Amino acid sequence: MVDPLIASRLQFALTTIVHIIFPVMSMGLAPFLIYFTWKDIRTGKPVYEQLRRFWTKIFAISFVVGTVTGIVLEFEFGTNWAAFSTAAGELFGGPLAVEGMMAFMLEATFLGIFVFGRERVGDKLYFVSSVAVGLGTWLSAVWILIANSWMQTPRGFETVTEGGQTVVHLVDPIAAYLNPRFGYMFVHMQNAAVESVALFMAGIAAYYVFKHHVRGIEVDNVNFWETTLKIGLIALLLTAPFQVFHGDMYGRHVAETQPQKFAAMEAVWETDSYVPEYLAAVPTSLDSITDPRAKELFGIGIPGGASWLASGGDPTAEITGLNEFDTESPPVAIVFWAFRAMVGMGFWFILLSFWGGYRWYKGELFEDGLLHKALMGSTLLGIVAVELGWVVTEVGRQPWIIQGVMKTSEGVSPGLTGAEATLTLAGFGVVYLALLGLYTYVIARIIRNGPPGGDQLRERPDRAPMPDSPAAGVADDD
Amino acid sequence: MVSVESLGAGPIFGLPLPELWFALMFTLLATFLFLDGFDFGAGAIFGLLDTDRERETVLAAIGPFWDGNEVWLVVFGGALFAAFPEAYATLFSRHYLLMFGILGALILRGLAPEMYEQRHDDRWQQAWSVAFVAGSVLAPFLLGIFAGNWLVGNEGFITLIGLVVGVTLTLLTVVSGAAFLRLKAPTDLPEQVSTYGQYAVVGYLVAVVATLAILAVRLPGGLSTLLHPVILLLVVASIGLAAGYVVAMRREESLLALGAAAVLTYGLIAVVAIIMYPAIDPATGMTVSETIVSTLPLNLMSIAAALLLPLVATYFVVLYSAFSGPITPEEAY
Repeated sequence: MVDPLIASRLQFALTTIVHIIFPVMSMGLAPFLIYFTWKDIRTGKPVYEQLRRFWTKIFAISFVVGTVTGIVLEFEFGTNWAAFSTAAGELFGGPLAVEGMMAFMLEATFLGIFVFGRERVGDKLYFVSSVAVGLGTWLSAVWILIANSWMQTPRGFETVTEGGQTVVHLVDPIAAYLNPRFGYMFVHMQNAAVESVALFMAGIAAYYVFKHHVRGIEVDNVNFWETTLKIGLIALLLTAPFQVFHGDMYGRHVAETQPQKFAAMEAVWETDSYVPEYLAAVPTSLDSITDPRAKELFGIGIPGGASWLASGGDPTAEITGLNEFDTESPPVAIVFWAFRAMVGMGFWFILLSFWGGYRWYKGELFEDGLLHKALMGSTLLGIVAVELGWVVTEVGRQPWIIQGVMKTSEGVSPGLTGAEATLTLAGFGVVYLALLGLYTYVIARIIRNGPPGGDQLRERPDRAPMPDSPAAGVADDD
Repeated sequence: MVSVESLGAGPIFGLPLPELWFALMFTLLATFLFLDGFDFGAGAIFGLLDTDRERETVLAAIGPFWDGNEVWLVVFGGALFAAFPEAYATLFSRHYLLMFGILGALILRGLAPEMYEQRHDDRWQQAWSVAFVAGSVLAPFLLGIFAGNWLVGNEGFITLIGLVVGVTLTLLTVVSGAAFLRLKAPTDLPEQVSTYGQYAVVGYLVAVVATLAILAVRLPGGLSTLLHPVILLLVVASIGLAAGYVVAMRREESLLALGAAAVLTYGLIAVVAIIMYPAIDPATGMTVSETIVSTLPLNLMSIAAALLLPLVATYFVVLYSAFSGPITPEEAY
């Protein structure tokens, strides 16, 4: 039997870690689908219909699984975190309710038209539905991240003790909802979603391009995969460098607003100045993995790097060590290594994008087998990096459920028994493993089946390709 | 322009906001139970059909709609959380296992049609058919158990009132589902679908009477609570609506039958709300006015709901008119 607090924390971790995969796919695919729909309608080129239909299938299944796993999270605030929901419902419930009405409804209704309605509605309404679905996915992120960022940098509230219970009251909605963290979080997350999908597209397209051009095995619809690779690469070039650049600002903001989390990210125990940044830390013993301490690490350190990161350019800046805080430290090992792995991947994605861009520029994009293999190996790494980033964010803020206001241990449902919590935790362990397996199976099947072939495409008597169209795109230059 | 400070001073336009939110919350629940209800009912009827083509027709009929319909549950949960956080927290944590049962049923129901369409071999489709039917039947049944326990303030999971309300809601979804399927597939589905709906509506009336009988015994106010004029009116109207439903189904007026099912659903939830008020959690005796959030967030939420819900209604109009008229099994993807 597990303690109800531990079981609830593990269960929330498990259910969010699995859930976030699906919104990353749907939010990341959204801009691509709007583009494919637009190009399909404007140019009438078969490849855009293939792109739209193929990626819509993957979007639809991601959305469905995202819906059913997302409702779980909303319910868990009530079932497992009743004390938190009672205390902070006034600030936290509102954004969730508005998310449902403003965003989720928009996505879910227009998705019906977008997935099933091509033959039933005109071009205009069909295009509008693609935009509505995309907008819905991004608006969802706005409200969910407002709720989450408020827990990281709470503003615009006052705490009142009512009948022995501390309750949070909303005082200034603008300060609360446009709290300092929100902008950073939203930009970082949305860019990460597009970057992850770009890697996903480029990775699977690279497999077919490699098979066709390098191994010389005939692949159906090779033009489709070549175009997918190019589009993925363009998106990667746009998002990968920006993610690292923006991440640097985000890190500085965390150092200012959540110094304890920042100290855990850098494993700084004693307050110090001129703290080096260990880009790659080589564990020399088991202890240095489970209990990393910046002072004792053996690795490639940039002198003053962490101080520079925290202060925005001053290598001598002081970083407050974990020992200085009154509250217990978050699990430092998890935060420290997750942060390093995420940043490392961020740089790898930049390298990958430049490598691919250079080959494309040289006209050798379809010939470089090593590049193809690197892309294939990175297919899922964007999603892994998102997971690691959220681990840093959520584990790093412990022991707080609302930074500086309420501890996680105070948020759990008072009546919850260890038996109940353990039962549902075990249930989710089984069900979500099966869910992930099924999702992977279905996505793999869709990919193996490939895009719809020429005979399955729509009749287009009045939509002959328009060679002079100014909306010429990526598919034209091969 | 209204300033933020003035929004905290008192309820906007002096409206009785706690009562309006109580009513809105139940309206959202009823909307979910009607709209996703016909998806659930279609899922139950799916289990009674013989041919592959008929099953494909059911999936094609609910395909474009069910996801949007299910979001009404999210909005119901959100409204309860935002307006009555303490009630939301106590109710959901007290009915811990039941909540996860409902979630499990919804996961099965949502996943199964997607999986069913993936492969066309018998064993695979058989397995996902079972999952689809199980999810579609269990979701309203468990929600009914929750509603019954909520209303009389039961602590347990399996209770008599819970089981009876569970059966009531499940039958009601079959009533809606049969009318919906007749409307969407008048020729592709067999005549029996209509018969299932008519049996279900008779069963529903019996279950409602059983529910009322148990409530008369179990409620603190006893029978007198149920002798509220609006409740009496709704009960009488339900009998009339059920008769109307049977007539409409026999005359192939499926849209009318579906309308009758809608009014039945809203009526049932109205009875629940009237019995419960002024409490919002009868188990603890918490009332609407005790658990309502403070004025500022309440006003903000009211403005948001007033602006957004009409917009949401237009999305549904666009969706349902895009897919108006009969559907063919080929439209499943």
